[in-house]
This record gives sequence, C-alpha cells and structure tokens, in this order.
Amino acid sequence: MSNEKLLSLNLKIWRQKGNKEKGEMVDYRLEGVSTDSSFLEMLDLLNEQLVEKGDDPVAFDHDCREGICGMCSLMINGQAHGPEKETTTCQLHMRKFEDGDTIVIEPWRAKAFPVLKDLMVDRGALDDIMAAGGYVNVNTGNAPDANEILIGKESADLAMDAAACIGCAACVASCKNASAMLFTSAKISQLALLPQGQVEREQRVINMVEKMDELGFGNCTNEAECEASCPKGIDISNIARMNREYIKAITKTRS
Amino acid sequence: MVTRLWLYLNSSIVKKQIMGFTGLFWCIFLTGHLAGNSLLFIGPEAFNTYAYKLTSNKALFYTAEFVLLFFFISHLAMAMKLTIENKIARPDGYYMKQATGRGSTFASSTMPYTGLIILVFVITHLLHFRFGPVYMITHSGVEMRDVYRVLVEYFQSPLAVGWYIFCIAAVGVHTSHGLWSAFQSLGFSHPRYTPAVSCISKIYGAIIFLGFSALAIFCYLQGGN
Repeated sequence: MSNEKLLSLNLKIWRQKGNKEKGEMVDYRLEGVSTDSSFLEMLDLLNEQLVEKGDDPVAFDHDCREGICGMCSLMINGQAHGPEKETTTCQLHMRKFEDGDTIVIEPWRAKAFPVLKDLMVDRGALDDIMAAGGYVNVNTGNAPDANEILIGKESADLAMDAAACIGCAACVASCKNASAMLFTSAKISQLALLPQGQVEREQRVINMVEKMDELGFGNCTNEAECEASCPKGIDISNIARMNREYIKAITKTRS
Repeated sequence: MVTRLWLYLNSSIVKKQIMGFTGLFWCIFLTGHLAGNSLLFIGPEAFNTYAYKLTSNKALFYTAEFVLLFFFISHLAMAMKLTIENKIARPDGYYMKQATGRGSTFASSTMPYTGLIILVFVITHLLHFRFGPVYMITHSGVEMRDVYRVLVEYFQSPLAVGWYIFCIAAVGVHTSHGLWSAFQSLGFSHPRYTPAVSCISKIYGAIIFLGFSALAIFCYLQGGN
C-alpha cells in the first residue's frame, strides 16, 4: 500500500430530503481522498465534513462492506456499482479514479424502487418477489442422513451460481427497461435445479413472475447489461431457464 | 380459466415469447425470400416462373399473405406495448447512464429504431413491388406477370438502390440480435449450442444484408439490357 496518493474530486450527488420531496444533483468538492480508501469510505469522508459544517450527511445504503450482503447500491458515473466488473460499490476502490475526476453518484432508478432519501431506495419489491415464491417442502423429523438426497455435480454448481445472487438490484438499475428478470430468474433457478422444492416448482415460477409484473418492473429485451453489471456474475442463461420454466408451468398446472 | 389464460398471455415472459416466436417466423420467411429471389441471377424466365408458381394458387397465396401479415402485426403491436411498458417502468431517468461495454451491443440497443425503419420499409416495399406496376410476359407459352422488369425498372434509380440497402442494413442489424434473442426468450439456452446460436445469428444478419443488397445492385446493373 505504499503507492497511496491523495485525490481531489468533484462529486455530483443526488440529494432528496424524502420520498415525497423533489430531488436534485448537488456539487461537492472533496479533497484528500486516499487511493487506498473504498468508495463508501470516500462518502464517509464527505459526510464527516458535512456533519462538521452542520449540513445533512448524504444517506446511502451499506452494511457488511465485504461485497456479500447486497446492501450497497449506487449508480456511479452511469454504471451500477461503478465501472469494475463483478465488484460491489463497497469493494470498489478510489485507486480506480484519477485526481480531479468528476464522479456522478445517483440512486437506483425504477418505478418499483421509490427513493427514500438521497441515494437510498426501497428495494422491498425484491423481497415481495421472493415471498411470492412461497415455501419449499422439506421432510421434518430426525436430521436426514448425509447424502440422502443425491444431487448431480453440475446441478449443484449451477444452483450455487444462481444462489450467489445477493439481491442488490444492480440488474434492475442497469437494465434500460428496469426489468427484474435476472434477479427473479436466479431465485427461480436456484430452486428449480435442486431436488428439494420440486413439489412447488410450477406454482413458484408462476407466482414469482406474476408478482414481478405486478410490481411494475419492465420487460427483458435480452441486452445482457444485467449480467454485465451483476457483482456476482449471475448468467442470463438463468433468464432462459425461467422462460422455459414459466412456459412449462403454465401448460402443466391446473390452477 | 379465461382470466387465468389472459393473465398468462399478459405476463412479461409470454409477451417476449410472442416477440421471439413471431420474429423467428419472419426470419424463416426472409430465408425463403432471399433464396427464391436469388433466381434473379439466373434470368427473367426462372424468376418470373418462380413468382408465378408462388402466386398461382390463389387460396394458398392469400392464406400465406394473411399469416405473414398477422405475424408482422403481432410483432409490431407487441413491440409497441413492450416499449411503452418499459418506459413506464423507469419514470425518472438517470442523470448519467453508460453502457458497461460488456453487455448490450449496437444491434441490441437499437432494436426499436431498426424496427421502425423496417416498418416504413415493408410498407414502401409492398407498394413498389406487390402493388407495383403490372407488365405481362409469356414464358414457355404461359402468360405471367413480368416481375423481373418491375424490379429492374425500380432499381434504375441509384436513390432507390441506396434506400433499399439502407433498409436492408436495418433488417440485418435487427435480425443479428433478434435471432439469438428469440432463442433466449423461448428458453432455448444450453452451453452446447448457445454460443453457436449467437454466432449464427450474426452470420444470418450479414447474409441477409449482403444477399438482398447484391440483388438490388444486380438489378441496377441490368439497366442496359
């Protein structure tokens, strides 16, 4: 870390007092940002200065800051989670920026994600999709024997890949149609690939897709910007699987 | 039951599957159209006889036209519905939005625009040829429409050739994304063939562009004869 440099940055940040208020882009000048700091630490530095001046600090979502919780968001220079591939905002470091850069920071934008304050949006819609999926049948009683349910290596791998989704909604944010298909398809794939939860397989995909549409997300146009912005590298072949699962489900179920 | 069916038809997934299915149908039509029209290279008799055979069974011909129109309008209406819905899904736009460079392509991001060019093109195309001038000619004792002459006359204007090539470029770009996209929407995705489908889609777009452009230029060059 001996290459630390200090950056002076021009920030353009979306400020909005509350859900019902009108927001605007506000310019800030921030000096002395270490190239070793993370993007969120840079915002912490800004907030410390704002608090010292008696201003309202910029509200943004964050939690683990280790790239696994899915809380951090931010549209950085027009890209979800910034320019780095498979990197969450918290794992993006200021060494990726140059001295004197102007950085535009905005909240996720979608009809289904109302802005709560500044850079924070309500991503509860994704929870609603998950909830619509319902429960998964499991046998109760004694703890099952190890390897009682055999799962093929490939299925296990694919299910794990889909399960890597942290629900950050970068897919929705980066999609020009604000479609939540990558998220929903990852959740559907994860369970469709495993022997557990086969009982509800068809009803699950119908319910989740129905909820996704009802919440006002857009329609997929197969541009793959979601896959490109996904910090967990979720593949759009999951969307194809969801398309397949859905058409199978609506032709099979009797409900 | 009916409301259930209506709900399924209105789901985001079935809507894009309708786009994919109708689009795929038109891709198949385009292949046949290009193959058939390539008879232009052989000569007036081969081409006119082909056109005559294609249209002489009136019942079949009108049915085919109806089906083509039905698929075209379904594709168009669904595209408009989806585009409007997608705009509504993000009422407040971004101050700054940049593509990642790892996802969308020129073809994928211009689908609505190339689609609009194709709409205008198809209308003018039908007016120029399907409903264009009727000349009669006799080949091997059978009197038929001299479509060859209609084409050659139309393409005598370099402006007509230019406009045609521009529109065919839009068709090529549109299908180069559309063909792959249809497979994805219909759920056909597998590591064994998806990379091939993606590649074939681009080659298909290029063949459509080069093939039809060559026909237009060929007609232009027949001017002296």
